[in-house]
Amino acid sequence: MTASGRASLGWWLLLLPAVALVLFFYVAPIAQVLTISFTEPEPGLGNYERLLTSEGIQRVIFTTLRICLLTTAFALLLGYAIAYAITLASPRARNWWILAVLVPLWISVLVRAFAWVTLLRRQGLVNNTLMQAGVISEPLPLVWNEFGILVGMVHYMVPFAVLPMLASMREIDMRLLAAARGLGASRGQVFRQVFLPLSMPGVIAAGVLVFIFSLGFYITPAILGGGRTLMVAEWIALQILDLIRWGLGTMMATMLVVAIMVTLLVFSRVVDLRRMFGSGGG
Amino acid sequence: MHGTHGAGPFGRGLAWITALYLVLPILIVLPVALTDQRFLSLPHEGLSLQHFRTVLTSEEWLGSIWQSFTIALASTVLSVVAGTLCAIGCWRISRRATDLVRLLMLLPLIIPSIVYAIGLYRYFGPLDLLDRFLGVVIAHGVTGIPYVVITVSTALAAFDPRLEQAARGMGASLMQTLRWVILPRIMPGIVSGAIFAFIHSWDELVMVLFIASRDVFTLPRRIWDGINENLDPAMAAVAVLLIVFTLLLLLVDMALRRRAQ
Repeated sequence: MTASGRASLGWWLLLLPAVALVLFFYVAPIAQVLTISFTEPEPGLGNYERLLTSEGIQRVIFTTLRICLLTTAFALLLGYAIAYAITLASPRARNWWILAVLVPLWISVLVRAFAWVTLLRRQGLVNNTLMQAGVISEPLPLVWNEFGILVGMVHYMVPFAVLPMLASMREIDMRLLAAARGLGASRGQVFRQVFLPLSMPGVIAAGVLVFIFSLGFYITPAILGGGRTLMVAEWIALQILDLIRWGLGTMMATMLVVAIMVTLLVFSRVVDLRRMFGSGGG
Repeated sequence: MHGTHGAGPFGRGLAWITALYLVLPILIVLPVALTDQRFLSLPHEGLSLQHFRTVLTSEEWLGSIWQSFTIALASTVLSVVAGTLCAIGCWRISRRATDLVRLLMLLPLIIPSIVYAIGLYRYFGPLDLLDRFLGVVIAHGVTGIPYVVITVSTALAAFDPRLEQAARGMGASLMQTLRWVILPRIMPGIVSGAIFAFIHSWDELVMVLFIASRDVFTLPRRIWDGINENLDPAMAAVAVLLIVFTLLLLLVDMALRRRAQ
């Protein structure tokens, strides 16, 4: 073997530990999950048939889609406002805004869910304050329902929505805004006709990211839903851990993966996957 | 360009509301942790550290904190070694040839952890890795690789490949080039990836719910049980300790980035 051949083999060998680990301990267990959905309790498409026949399963899917779409819409709206503020802020103010986004992103998802329970439950701080102020006479049902899930999920997802939108807004040439203003456009017109269209790639990337994260989200919906509003991930856990129905659980897991892959595929022309996750990770 | 165009009152208002919505709920756990009552509430007559004392003298909480810490440390080593080598290999071999490898490394970020968790539950049984330290370390380590690959790849993008070629040209072996030329240059990226991988493991719950039960009982697992069973101010004290710990890590990361620039 030539010296350069040996060298390039050496570089390829560097990939080995990660590739082997991921194949043996990541891809294999997931492939097994997908297989089980076709083989248990008996070989065939029986588990998938339930998608068409079981009302319970359809309800879980529709609940999940509804909550995920609402979460995405709110996370985009609120995230857009923050990303916009960051883009137009002075450098000093910008650091504070970014901190307001990054600190929640780093705080444990359990801590955040716990904080929301403390605030929203029947004898929680929000209900107590409102009762003492005489605004309400009965505690409001703020948690252990869809409302609670939505509040907690949007809270979790806003930072993930901000990062791709911010990346795309930073590429907008600010001189365009100044030029539009100079030509007599109002602030609203500049936003609607110049800034908003130019920031759309970031909005779409953020929407896809939030939507696929929401689809398989487990912890926050499980805590803030209180077991009453079931989303797909919690339903899967229930099938496997409590009911030991591996076929149904893995069928839904497979559908989850398929839904995410299809979403990514549909938007792959608009969204650069690597960049999207790159901006999330650092 | 600033001052020529600013956000309107509606945009500014919404941004402020969002920032408060993001930050305030997290801050609420501090006064609750300092309450003088025995139930979840704001302090009535005075502040008290009793709930912190409860947590910091409890063998169960301390045991879980220690377990989470050692698991996070071990799985971070796994993620950092595998992820760094992989990122360097992909970088040197060229984008095109390694596209599939890069995609493979991103999978754990894309596929929900619930799917992986039920897979592991079944897969780890025959391997005798259920409820084992090693099993959790492997699960956390493998899913931590993407964070390291991303941060190290970002660091490598700013690294001049001619330095590596020069080192090789002067007769340095691959190991020498790695050790003396490449690794020192991308160290900030590696440390950043390590912090992400550490937090990922430290905070991970879904997999542990499936692959651990008695012998391995991590901190997130204990918090999960606490939220579902006994909501008391000790939970708020744990939350405060976690927030402080996370903020410290965030400060370390920021300081490192500043030095790298």
